[in-house]
Amino acid sequence: MYLYDELDRTIVAERVAEFRDQVGRRISGALTEEEFKLLRLMNGVYLQLHAYMLRISIPYGTLSSRQLRMLAHVGRRYDRNYGHFTTRQNIQFNWIKLEDLPNATADLASAGLHGMQTSGNCVRNITTDQWAGVAPDEIEDPRIWAELLRQHCTMHPEFSFLPRKFKIAVTAATHDRAAVKVHDIGLRLHRNGAGEVGFEVLVGGGLGRTPFIAKSIRPFLPKRDILSYTEAILRVYNQFARRDNIYKARIKILVHDLGAEAFAREVEAEWQHIKDGPLALDPAVVAEIAARFRYPDYARLDENPPELAQLRNADRRFDTWLGNAVANHKVPGYAIVTLSLKPEGGPPGDATSDQMDAIADLADRYSFGEIRVGHEQNLVFPHVAQRDLAELWRALDAIGVATPNVGLVSDIIACPGLDYCSLANARAIPVAQELTRRFRDLDLARDLGRLHINISGCINACGHHHVGHIGILGVEKNGEEFYQITLGGRADERAELGALLGPAVPYGKVADAVEEVVAAYLELRERPSEKFVETVKRLGVEPFKERVYATH
Amino acid sequence: MPLIKNGRVTEDRYIKILDDAPLPEDGPVIVPAARFLADAEEILRRNAPVGVIWPNNRRVAELEPYLDRVSLVILVFPSFKDGRAYSQARQLRERYGFRGELRATGQILRDQFLFQVRAGFDALDVAKAGDVDAFAAALARYTVFYQPAGEGRIAAARQRAARLAVPAPGEAML
Repeated sequence: MYLYDELDRTIVAERVAEFRDQVGRRISGALTEEEFKLLRLMNGVYLQLHAYMLRISIPYGTLSSRQLRMLAHVGRRYDRNYGHFTTRQNIQFNWIKLEDLPNATADLASAGLHGMQTSGNCVRNITTDQWAGVAPDEIEDPRIWAELLRQHCTMHPEFSFLPRKFKIAVTAATHDRAAVKVHDIGLRLHRNGAGEVGFEVLVGGGLGRTPFIAKSIRPFLPKRDILSYTEAILRVYNQFARRDNIYKARIKILVHDLGAEAFAREVEAEWQHIKDGPLALDPAVVAEIAARFRYPDYARLDENPPELAQLRNADRRFDTWLGNAVANHKVPGYAIVTLSLKPEGGPPGDATSDQMDAIADLADRYSFGEIRVGHEQNLVFPHVAQRDLAELWRALDAIGVATPNVGLVSDIIACPGLDYCSLANARAIPVAQELTRRFRDLDLARDLGRLHINISGCINACGHHHVGHIGILGVEKNGEEFYQITLGGRADERAELGALLGPAVPYGKVADAVEEVVAAYLELRERPSEKFVETVKRLGVEPFKERVYATH
Repeated sequence: MPLIKNGRVTEDRYIKILDDAPLPEDGPVIVPAARFLADAEEILRRNAPVGVIWPNNRRVAELEPYLDRVSLVILVFPSFKDGRAYSQARQLRERYGFRGELRATGQILRDQFLFQVRAGFDALDVAKAGDVDAFAAALARYTVFYQPAGEGRIAAARQRAARLAVPAPGEAML
């Protein structure tokens, strides 16, 4: 956990006071809706189809049990008893009233929560690996860098009115769980030939209507330079990106238009002016931030306690869950547990206030009071003793968050779509719900192996459909919802954009088409261990296309 | 539009000279960037302060050779959402060491006052008369700042570093 000090708390409190004043001015009419729009966006408040929506930042996806209880409270008191965890490791409430916003934000602030940097054309919540600090394959905790960047970018006097939103992700593991290659800036902590740890800097990745995989502009950046180099990138972006067309305003377009090399030269020239200035990181400042990340006082426990094996043999459901939702921890005797927010027939990423309260209590009992939010819209208990797994599983199962479908076909990422969002062209959630029903057979799901379905209700791609193994994009044709299907996308260290399968299919045929794709995979794979994306890579989309469109 | 300079409503002593109008014999003038660059030496030879309106899509590096002789630079916010002039302001102040008046003009609203002052502006052409009285409160709204920006406010990181260097009262006695 990162513990706020009095400086962090002061900023949040001052922000709450400022927002209360701004809402008051809107209600009194002193601010027009147009003027208020940007101010509310700077506090995470959107105006959606039916109501205002409040998005709350969960920096790098780390929450305390106390904070989760506060989110449960906000859902209960000001919303409709649930919240929706997003692909940016945040949470949003969909039914909040304008006049309740000041009090809701004040309640949140009492637990160190806020909506700063969650919307508007600023640097958004910095995301990272939801297993940060506990993953066996990481070289250090990336959240320290995410926190340094978060602070640096929060209410930045130069970068609060950028051409468009700006997203940064950090990974420190060999397997990229943070999707850094589809971010405006992707940072990959790694060790260079001399044994020093620093950052590879990637820029210009992104999805939306013009998807790009990020380009590497610096293979190794020393840690001391991370703030100044980021500042240089943002300054070049702020000055030279297009502002005449919001669809061409992201950094990916600037990097593409200039070329990565020319862009890198601009950044380098800017950076030379500031690299040795006040942004050069003092190791004492880094150490101070690092010291405010508290790690649990782990017990000395045996890896794979014998009682666990007995319970696995005794209970097939437990065994299935354990094989699916539990991952290796860097500390012997502990495990990382994923809580699936993808029950059969449920909207992906939703949790009720009662579930949040129950999860907070379980986190206190089994995970040192800590919870993570992953970009796949599931929750994680990062520090569970292996000997507690069976007990925890029973408790999670009782509240409906132990569906053993993590990383499988029914673990679907979906944006809110036309059910909530004013930008959407088509529904996303009902498509996801239908697919979870079609693929309710967990034995089949396990046989299919890792298979990510991503659904976006419009071209803005909040559901990251381009990087779904199966991507589904809702479009509107003559007033009806149609869906384009792409295959072979991935968001990890081998990031790739999916290839279009063929003509869009109508709403009622999407689940059928996905079933055909999956059936084709089962026939086409060389062996059961060949993953879906590998089969698509080997064969291309043609054989899938033949199968899907032959039957329609 | 009222002009707030260093926190006070101030009369603008400059006269704006359009592109082709002749320059007056004396008195402070403001000229557009293109005209200034076309005839800089001539304009600066007048024995009166010179201000330049600089568009937000032109590199301020072009102005560098003249900055010690220009007394005012005006940067433009066509809309409060267009933040290019923040970068120009910081470059002028922090890189090129411009010490003259740095004025923001355009859609200058109270909710951006603090950002603008932090970026290095000391004069604001306030868009709404009603926002003038809010200036002091807008600047006092925040007391903690996460990042250094060259305008003198101490960033949180430096406060923390200082806290590490100096033992808190009580700790020193142990």
